[in-house]
Amino acid sequence: MGAAAAGAVLVLSVVAVLAVVYLLLGDYLYKVYTGTRHSAAERLVYRVIGVRPDAEQPWAVYARALLAFSAVSVLVVYGLQRLQDRLVLGLGRPPVPAHVAWNTAVSFVTNTNWQAYPGETVMGHLVQMAALAVQNFVSAAVGMAVAVALVRGFARRQADTIGNFWVDLVRGTFRVLLPIAFVAALVLVAGGVVQNLASPHEVTTLTGGTQAITGGPVASQEAIKELGTNGGGFYNANSAHPLENPAGWTNWLQIVLLLAIPVALPRTFGRMVGQVRQGHAILAVMTVIALVSVLLTNVFEVAGGATVPRAAGAALEGKEVRFGVPGSATFAAATTLTSTGATDSAHDSFTPLGGMMTMLNMMLGEVAPGGAGSGLYGILVLAVITVFVAGLMVGRTPEYLGKKIGSREIKLASLYFLVTPALVLAGTAAAMGNRAGLAAMLNGGPHGLSEILYAFTSAANNNGSAFGGISAGTPWWCVALGLCMAFGRFLPIVFILALAGSLARQAPVPVSAGTLPTHRLQFVGMVAGVTVVLVALTFLPALALAPLAEGLS
Amino acid sequence: MSTSSRRAGRKNGGRIGGGLLDPRQLVRSLPDALRKLNPATLWRNPVMFIVEVGAFLTTGLAIANPSVFAWAIVVWLWLTVLFATLAEAVAEGRGKAQAATLRAAKRDTMARRLADPHDPARWDVVGAQELRQGDHVVVEAGEIIPGDGDVVEGIASVDESAITGESAPVIRESGGDRSAVTGGTKVLSDRIIVRITQKPGESFIDRMIALVEGADRQKTPNEIALNILLAALTIIFLIATVTMQPLAIYSKANNPGVPDTTALGADGVSGVVLVSLLVCLIPTTIGALLSAIGIAGMDRLVQRNVLAMSGRAVEAAGDVTTLLLDKTGTITLGNRQASQFVPAEGVAELDLATAAQLASLADETPEGRSIVVHAKHAYDLRERRPGELAHAEWIPFTAQTRMSGVNVDGRQVRKGAATSVMKWVRDNGGHPTAGVGHLVDGISASGGTPLVVGEVSSGTARVLGVIHLKDVVKQGMRERFDEMRRMGIRTVMITGDNPMTARAIAREAGVDDFLAEATPEDKLALIRKEQEGGRLVAMTGDGTNDAPALAQADVGVAMNTGTSAAKEAGNMVDLDSNPTKLIEIVEIGKQLLITRGALTTFSVANDIAKYFAIIPAMFAALYPGLDALNVMRLHSPQSAILSAVIFNALVIVALIPLALRGVRYRPSSAPKLLSRNLSVYGLGGIVVPFLGIKLIDLFVQFLPGMS
Repeated sequence: MGAAAAGAVLVLSVVAVLAVVYLLLGDYLYKVYTGTRHSAAERLVYRVIGVRPDAEQPWAVYARALLAFSAVSVLVVYGLQRLQDRLVLGLGRPPVPAHVAWNTAVSFVTNTNWQAYPGETVMGHLVQMAALAVQNFVSAAVGMAVAVALVRGFARRQADTIGNFWVDLVRGTFRVLLPIAFVAALVLVAGGVVQNLASPHEVTTLTGGTQAITGGPVASQEAIKELGTNGGGFYNANSAHPLENPAGWTNWLQIVLLLAIPVALPRTFGRMVGQVRQGHAILAVMTVIALVSVLLTNVFEVAGGATVPRAAGAALEGKEVRFGVPGSATFAAATTLTSTGATDSAHDSFTPLGGMMTMLNMMLGEVAPGGAGSGLYGILVLAVITVFVAGLMVGRTPEYLGKKIGSREIKLASLYFLVTPALVLAGTAAAMGNRAGLAAMLNGGPHGLSEILYAFTSAANNNGSAFGGISAGTPWWCVALGLCMAFGRFLPIVFILALAGSLARQAPVPVSAGTLPTHRLQFVGMVAGVTVVLVALTFLPALALAPLAEGLS
Repeated sequence: MSTSSRRAGRKNGGRIGGGLLDPRQLVRSLPDALRKLNPATLWRNPVMFIVEVGAFLTTGLAIANPSVFAWAIVVWLWLTVLFATLAEAVAEGRGKAQAATLRAAKRDTMARRLADPHDPARWDVVGAQELRQGDHVVVEAGEIIPGDGDVVEGIASVDESAITGESAPVIRESGGDRSAVTGGTKVLSDRIIVRITQKPGESFIDRMIALVEGADRQKTPNEIALNILLAALTIIFLIATVTMQPLAIYSKANNPGVPDTTALGADGVSGVVLVSLLVCLIPTTIGALLSAIGIAGMDRLVQRNVLAMSGRAVEAAGDVTTLLLDKTGTITLGNRQASQFVPAEGVAELDLATAAQLASLADETPEGRSIVVHAKHAYDLRERRPGELAHAEWIPFTAQTRMSGVNVDGRQVRKGAATSVMKWVRDNGGHPTAGVGHLVDGISASGGTPLVVGEVSSGTARVLGVIHLKDVVKQGMRERFDEMRRMGIRTVMITGDNPMTARAIAREAGVDDFLAEATPEDKLALIRKEQEGGRLVAMTGDGTNDAPALAQADVGVAMNTGTSAAKEAGNMVDLDSNPTKLIEIVEIGKQLLITRGALTTFSVANDIAKYFAIIPAMFAALYPGLDALNVMRLHSPQSAILSAVIFNALVIVALIPLALRGVRYRPSSAPKLLSRNLSVYGLGGIVVPFLGIKLIDLFVQFLPGMS
């Protein structure tokens, strides 16, 4: 089977499975977030943390709860890393350096999972399980909670509240992430992914040298790593490591897992606003952008570009032979189109234009389909901006799902949209104009610049994948990227929740023939167009000096 | 405002046209445009303020390091700002001419203020500006009314042409709905006593002047929202441009062999080029024209003799989802008209027509006249003058008898309300048949008004037949309402008629709903109910009892003939007092919003081509591969950048007429409107600059210093 056919089979089978996931998981999520009953375990949690699960929160209270929870999470993850030598299951490893611990804490709490450390040699099992794995669950649940809160803003009429953060967090974790991750972990174990609490053991290699192979709770972390669009691998090599991702079909399963929740959420959105076709439209926007991106990445990689790949038949450098070019290119596109950031190949070794695609995917704001929750709220903001301009063109002051997009709404949407490009570009510029930033560069020329641009794009968009090629473990880089991750996660979340509050307060405008329909192909095309054009315009100068300069020469 | 300005109204099948741009206006507005360059006022427009800062910056750079290229950029950047202020000045200039006419009417008049409202003999002379609310003044023929107020005593004909442009005088009398008078208008006959209702300096004319001049123009909600989006886009492009510099410095340092160019040196991209890129990217087109669009929208209303008291009301007009229309005068021609003569059994139709005509000759009511007219048109019966018939005794219509008629040559003919005429027939010994009763009921049921014709001839009394009077729906109304429906607007007819009549007329006119036997309270309740469902309501009104409803409606258009209470309550005043205009007002509101959206789309779509011009110009020397982006094959980096800047400036001037006129608007459904505007302004916005920049480059390349 040629690479093109293999790629087509892979992509089509993923799309087919996701279509089912969209319906089933989307409906299930709708039930989870709109249900009124609490399970015994949930009630116990509420009693322990002292919240009344039936008390709804206005947006500001919701946001405060979320920020407080995240701040405490950062402290806990930081503390466990710094104290791992004095706690159990530390594998006798020393405390993690302060700047790396801060970077890692922020990284996992923000659902970024940027890893400024090689996983298997720095973190003990306790940190992996009690800090990192826990955050893999709750950071994803936080993202989903924010998305659901925004959807409530659209769905409710003249309401002061947008839900209860603690309930959304607990339900997302208990009813969605834990059960699915549990099943997925078992499947992965069956596929050969390791799961133990063993210490590293020495093996003798073919050439007669010795190698320490670290085992650990890999499968359990692997499942939530993909499902929660986290991406932080147990091993430094991430999903390229045979103990994380042993075969072609586990690779396929990981792609499906990391796309599942982002793809299902538009269905939940459609159900909650009472018009499933609105969900179809949002899914259509995501699908159009994603398919074009996957196609282009595959084309650039299969066609190669430089002399060596052409001689080899494809750009196989940095890719695992067991996945092949389509398996690697599709995984790369999927992991950057979502906020996962897991990698089964070295993006740095992609052709310049293929590498640019992974960057562009993130620059889109990770909305096709994006992270768990963050993808939905990201694309809804883009829909709001699209509606604002398009709505004027039908001669009405703009409205989306019956809610007027006035100056407060457009202000919050604009602020949301401003944050990540500002962080990416300012961060890149700061690195290039700063000795500490430049000192970490291992490569020069446009490719070196691409690596820097990629790092900030990944951090600010909470992706977490890396091009590599920079010594990102230095204090300057750890702090700079940590700030990008924190601001890139929580500023947009606050704007989203404020937007949700503002929308929830409104009484909806009834639909008439003069209303801009937002479920048609016309609107789908417009949102996709606005997304691509805005992003292209923002990042073209930087891209021109980095991957474009390299790719067009 | 002269009557000639009213001609601009409806043309080409009645769609919204607009004033055309006179090139001389550009020249006339130049001084104002230059004044508006003052940064202290320009900062309110963040997009153009950034351009001005850039222009200052490049001027400094060009002085420090002069070249033809740098100075050419400086000149065009300043022109970009100037074109923006010019657009606003031109838009305002059109209002200024109207304001001047109004000012002429606001000459300082003297008022005869009464010490005691009931004693018109004792007065003292004061300046009009000294009048307070509640003062009473007496005004006689030939005098100017000194301030807005209500007539409390007397009746007079008043020339209101100063404000309405309508030369025919109008009657103003105490009591009722025609008591309001406006300061600056002239009494032509008789004497009236007016109670002043305005505060000093807040007269209707004062407000009109302020409105047409745009003196107290405030940004409307949607304009504010759009400004926020434009500011956000400006910030993004500012960041994109500024952060490019360290990357450019790094890239240049990484390619030590490449010689410096005009655009790129060891210090990175030159300041002039950086500013040029920024100005080309930020949404200058819409930023420059946004306020002109708003002013022109108000102005289009003024040209139709409608005064909007706030821009907010014009915007709301575009959003209106429910139109409340008074039946009489708006939907129907005001009066009922005879449409059919239905004879009783055994009576010839022609005989009935003749009798009906005869009985109506002395009836000067509109209904009576319409019977005569119908007899002439349908039966070719010549209209006879009452004097033609000798010894005829004319019985005029009175409210007591409710019939009119004639006694001639021993024959008596009567026509009138069904019950009255039937009683008259019975009183004279006749027996109206059951068939007549059915006819009468049938006409009532169909929404018409039945008038019965009876006669007493040679001692026998009988009913000849029934005249069917009906409301005549104005021509073209049904089509208009169909259009409204396609635009998503629900029309509700308001009438004092009974529900049966109302339903029939509503069906004939094609309105979506009706409110029968409507009282002012019903109207108010209906508006509240619609608004609770999230709908926006527009209505017209003139009476004092309309005032609460006018105030409650999102768009309340008061008729200028109405009371001051009504005018005070509404947020628009129609000087022509034409209730049909509500439909036009809605269209103008929509057009205003569409123009904003279209130019925003155009502005952003333009950026694509500009990148294709400027990015290769900056970096192709460094990375020759980037020359692949130079799809327009522009002559040189300098000519490419200059061409983009020139295009960016010229497109503003080119679009001033569109901003003032508004984009073409045809009522249709939202998806159709969007498709059309997207293809014109979205696709057009992508394609046009490629052509424009290439075209400009063909000329610019011959300038010195362009290679």
